[in-house]
Amino acid sequence: MSKRIEVNDLNCFYGKFKAVEDVSMTIQPRSVTAFIGPSGCGKSTFLRTLNRMHEVIPGAYVEGEVLIDGNNLYGPGVDPVNVRRQVGMVFQRPNPFPTMSIKDNVLAGYRLNKERMKNSEAEALLEKSLRSANLWEEVKNRLDKPGSGLSGGQQQRLCIARAIAMQPEVLLMDEPCSALDPISTLAVEDLVQELKETYTIVIVTHNMQQAARVSDETAFFNIAGTGAPGKLIEMSSTEKIFSTPDIKATEDYITGRFG
Amino acid sequence: MTSVTQSTREVTPTPTPEHPVNKARERIGDRVFSGLATGSGVTILLILAMVAGFLLVQAFPALATSPAELEAKGYGQFWSWILPFAWGTVYASFWALLMAVPVAIGIALFISHYAPRRLASSLGYVIDLLAAVPSVVFGLWGSMVLAPAVQPLYLWLNTYLGWIPFFSGQPSGTGRTLLTASIVLAVMILPIITSLSREVFLQTPVLHQEAALALGATRWEMIKMAVLPFGRAGIVSSVMLGLGRALGETMAVAMVLSGAPVITLEILTSQNPNTIAAVIAQNFPEAYGLKTNQLIAGGLTLFVITLVVNSIARLIVSRYKEFSGAN
Repeated sequence: MSKRIEVNDLNCFYGKFKAVEDVSMTIQPRSVTAFIGPSGCGKSTFLRTLNRMHEVIPGAYVEGEVLIDGNNLYGPGVDPVNVRRQVGMVFQRPNPFPTMSIKDNVLAGYRLNKERMKNSEAEALLEKSLRSANLWEEVKNRLDKPGSGLSGGQQQRLCIARAIAMQPEVLLMDEPCSALDPISTLAVEDLVQELKETYTIVIVTHNMQQAARVSDETAFFNIAGTGAPGKLIEMSSTEKIFSTPDIKATEDYITGRFG
Repeated sequence: MTSVTQSTREVTPTPTPEHPVNKARERIGDRVFSGLATGSGVTILLILAMVAGFLLVQAFPALATSPAELEAKGYGQFWSWILPFAWGTVYASFWALLMAVPVAIGIALFISHYAPRRLASSLGYVIDLLAAVPSVVFGLWGSMVLAPAVQPLYLWLNTYLGWIPFFSGQPSGTGRTLLTASIVLAVMILPIITSLSREVFLQTPVLHQEAALALGATRWEMIKMAVLPFGRAGIVSSVMLGLGRALGETMAVAMVLSGAPVITLEILTSQNPNTIAAVIAQNFPEAYGLKTNQLIAGGLTLFVITLVVNSIARLIVSRYKEFSGAN
């Protein structure tokens, strides 16, 4: 189910503003890749190009190619809707649909696929997804209650359950813990470790300890200054980035001597 | 708010040197503003109470007079007199809503989610202008332009879809039918429903819209999953405001319809139930004595109808409260 991602010479734009310049990288299947870097360096923008969510913003567009197992996401005739069904996403702030029950939230993506699902199948998928997100025990007696009634950490795990119910090939996480308390953060990090057995995971984080804890590979992004595009500075195994990075800027950022 | 502050002040222990009490200072601006806000709130209740009181007091003679006496004066028993008009009011508004709501929500969604930004803002402006047209102009347009224009359509409906009760009967030769009145009403309530729904749709959190898109929703699916559920309460409120205007609309209906006291489902014939507001307007100039009271009792009935319809709508909205996203 997990796939390898290859990015070649990717540029991201917001109208005339070039936000990310010339990124090339390879992301291994069944691994966790972390993007780190200062605010505004384009790591979230870049992440959103991996499921074509970048272009949702008016005026935003992308140059270059993103290959998932050799298929270019930006090739002619590729429907972004299909891309997003294969590449799941978890956002910075938990965003379960407030008007839907916990159950409907988890099954929301699946129901978009027109095919009719038997009730028993739906129940099975619901339980499997919630169990994978380590949420089942907490919500199994209140599946028909609104998802917005859960705590922040539970809501975020609900969003993860919603994303993996689609059985995506890749799971993108955009600072998934930035709105959570330390205990919920730990729960999500443990979950990431379990999920990488099945999925290719890309996670953006501001928290360097988190990157060191959860990821196998780390990519460091940086900007030269305000208005300049963000660039990929260095990408390597997490161990190397956090001990002996090749580039001075990476070391400065890691050790807090940045800026 | 005021009572809360006062009760807090009462239980506040007397300040001692060790425990200085953290008493909020009364700021003059706060007091003025809370006075103004409270005053406005009280005023609207007073106005409503006065209107209701006027209706009750003035309607009472007509309701208290024995049916025989009303009959003798040629006014007819109150309930049998008012029923066709109450029916006409509700029925005309029903058709108006049926036509206006889908169109209004469609326009609102087009402006909020489909149209390019520049077109969207100018279109919104044009829609709001429509609300500024006086109803007498709509009435003139309805009777002089719309009625003759749609008459052939009515003939067609009657010929080919006459087996549906609404379109049966002998179609009107002038086109001035209940359906024409409803179309005029629909046009009149379109701006308010559109404007309010558009505002609600524009406020749908981006977070929820992106959640839907990231799951692989198309734009229409995103609207179904995130925008419409979020806007449900707002849509109901806007429809209620539109309905309020349709129920109470006088001039446009009076100018289009030559109403009769009938209760019928047919909307293409020349025998159309009149609406309460139009009946009052048409009869008031020549009314005196008990007849005036009877007309005002009609107004009271309209008041009650509006109240009941609004309450039902509120009830529907509150049933979904848990899922409104407000928590």
